[in-house]
Amino acid sequence: MVPLTHYLALSFLLFVLGVVGVLVRRNLLTVLMSIELMLNAVNLNLVAFSRQLGDLTGQVFTVFVIAVAAGEAAIGLAIIISLYRLKGSVNLDDAAEMKG
Amino acid sequence: MTAALWMFWILGAVVIVGAAGVVLMRQPVHSALFLLLSFVAMAGLFVLTRAEFLAAVQILVYAGGIMVLFLFTIMLVNLRRQQKEPYIHRQAAVALLVGAAFYGLIGGLLVGETRELASLGGGVAAHPGKLASVVIGGARVAGNSEAVGWALYRDYFLPFEIASVFLLVAMIGAVVLGKRTMEKVD
Repeated sequence: MVPLTHYLALSFLLFVLGVVGVLVRRNLLTVLMSIELMLNAVNLNLVAFSRQLGDLTGQVFTVFVIAVAAGEAAIGLAIIISLYRLKGSVNLDDAAEMKG
Repeated sequence: MTAALWMFWILGAVVIVGAAGVVLMRQPVHSALFLLLSFVAMAGLFVLTRAEFLAAVQILVYAGGIMVLFLFTIMLVNLRRQQKEPYIHRQAAVALLVGAAFYGLIGGLLVGETRELASLGGGVAAHPGKLASVVIGGARVAGNSEAVGWALYRDYFLPFEIASVFLLVAMIGAVVLGKRTMEKVD
């Protein structure tokens, strides 16, 4: 059996890669993909704890996280498309009206 | 090293390579394909953690549905214009620093907790039987899907219904946002 800490280390590395992706990329599509990476890291964490404790709750919660991720991807991509119609670009720096 | 540990290292390496590809690739299409690689390897990790049902859901929802959404959006949005521009933000150095600090912080916590757990005597023993079967009406039914389904429809019925309403709201919202009649504001 793989130790729990292996899963935790992998999922934290994946989460940090998602955070860096959100902070570093200028393209909105890739930013959304990085958010999906972070959600996936959380899923791995939940499932690993479910395996360790022999408790199904983590798996059930992962089902809900996947449902939320699907809704978030649909809404996020719709927002990206309407932003593209408005600005003609999906670059984050082109949507800076709220910048102080 | 056991077979499970080998599988963990291989699948984990593929997941990390996929994630790094998402962050590093210039073209969003390449990022999307690396994301697909990461999702598929993650499904393998789910199998390794006795979550076979979730592995199937991962392939269907992530690798199937969400990837199709991403690829269609990439096709709808004209990205050719931006190929000359830098695709990494100016704040990349600061972002990397923040990421490294974050990983160091959580990694340090993790190492500390592991040591504490080891000093307490190895942590909790696993009971994989509960993940792979469920008792329904006095009879033991084998299968991870059966167990997850039973938990979803009996213990977590209200959250399940709320999730379905949430998905309906997301669907209507996506249709409204994606409608062509959005006027140009300025």
